[in-house]
Amino acid sequence: MTDLASAAPAVTRIVDARGSFCPGPLMELIRAIRESQVGDVLTVLSSDRGSKVDIPKWVEKAGHRLVTIETRDGVDEIVVEKRR
Amino acid sequence: MQRIVILGGGVGGTLTANLLVRKLRKAIDGGDVEVMVIDSTGNHVYQPGFMYIVMGGERAANLARPERSLLDKRVSLLVGEVVGVDEARQQVTLADGVALGYDYLVLATGSRIVPESIEHFAQEAQHFYTAEAAAKLRAALDAFTGGRIVIGIAGMPYKCPPAPLEVAFLIEAELRQRGLRDGTEMHFCSPIGRAFTIESVSEMATPILEKKGIELHTFFNVEAIDPARKMVLSLEGEELPYDLLILVPPHKGQQFLIDSGLAPAPGGWLPTDRHTLEVGGRPNVFALGDATDLPLSKAGSTAHFEAPVVTERIVAAIEGREPAGKHADYEGRVMCFFEIGDGKGTLLQFDYEHPPKPPRPNQFWHLGKVVFNKTYWHTVPKGRV
Repeated sequence: MTDLASAAPAVTRIVDARGSFCPGPLMELIRAIRESQVGDVLTVLSSDRGSKVDIPKWVEKAGHRLVTIETRDGVDEIVVEKRR
Repeated sequence: MQRIVILGGGVGGTLTANLLVRKLRKAIDGGDVEVMVIDSTGNHVYQPGFMYIVMGGERAANLARPERSLLDKRVSLLVGEVVGVDEARQQVTLADGVALGYDYLVLATGSRIVPESIEHFAQEAQHFYTAEAAAKLRAALDAFTGGRIVIGIAGMPYKCPPAPLEVAFLIEAELRQRGLRDGTEMHFCSPIGRAFTIESVSEMATPILEKKGIELHTFFNVEAIDPARKMVLSLEGEELPYDLLILVPPHKGQQFLIDSGLAPAPGGWLPTDRHTLEVGGRPNVFALGDATDLPLSKAGSTAHFEAPVVTERIVAAIEGREPAGKHADYEGRVMCFFEIGDGKGTLLQFDYEHPPKPPRPNQFWHLGKVVFNKTYWHTVPKGRV
């Protein structure tokens, strides 16, 4: 995880779960969310195809906000705001 | 002389030691190679049997044997607690200060449960990840006369992924047989968006949960236990009341692996190459079994199929050749039985490229598991299957 606050102020933290397989990226996000403050914005990087389905479903259930999902070079970038 | 040091006398460590002897017998007898297992207890425990302490009348005494009795006589066994690995000196350090050099290091150090990481776990939750805990859960089931049973997973990854579903199915069947099912609500909580991590197994298990009337709660990551209200709370904001709470405790790798810089905090899982089983690109350090960070079941079966690969790679290095044959690389093979209850079971068999296609549950696979459990001591650790 890298602090990108200076480069992109909107994103508080990057969760680099590339190379991890389901449910690894979701579990990495959950760990990071637990350590974050309300209002923090986290970007999950995942190369697992299931993440862009599973993570938005979890975000909705957990009451957070899905900001964006983008795919670059086979890596999904899922941006989540901690809301509660 | 070259020394191969194996940390851990579980399935992976024991089998690797015995397979190394099979392939290096002459070199060992000639004093050119030494194979040493270091284990903290000197006892080999068959952990899959814990579930049968809960459900099947198994006794803890039947699930442990002296590690020495399972190892080839050419393997040295040292009983002691390892507290560190010094990579620069190629040494492992024990709690009593003794340092032992290695040429090849095999980390078969397993996983450990950390129930204390959740407040009130010890007082409120039952589990079956030690023989003592399994016996306690058995007693709680004996005393149970009806109410709400909540079964969940309080951290991933954990040992034996099917176990919580199996326990749910087996308890449901038992309560039906005891005439308590009508007075019991059963809930199964999964941390992810389905009943099981592997989709095909989830597709098999979900209709069984429905048929048995066990309510599935997905995305339920245990956050806290409220003993005053008898509630288990999820990170996602759900609250479930319980009369009997059964939770898989959180698991971690060994602390000394983190302290030695071999595994990252907080999990302590060793960064392991999925095919060579080398740790972090080190050509003389291997990991297998629960200790790795591989996206596979933490189960004896995984270690069972990894051990021949670790063996072949070390033997090839000692003999100055490339790894060869069917055990040159690990392809992610895992095979395990899955209890469904009412005397039925199924089989999960898969590798990195082929997800499991569990056969329709029947008595054959349940009996297969029973026979496997009974014959384990004579087969797996000794490399006979």
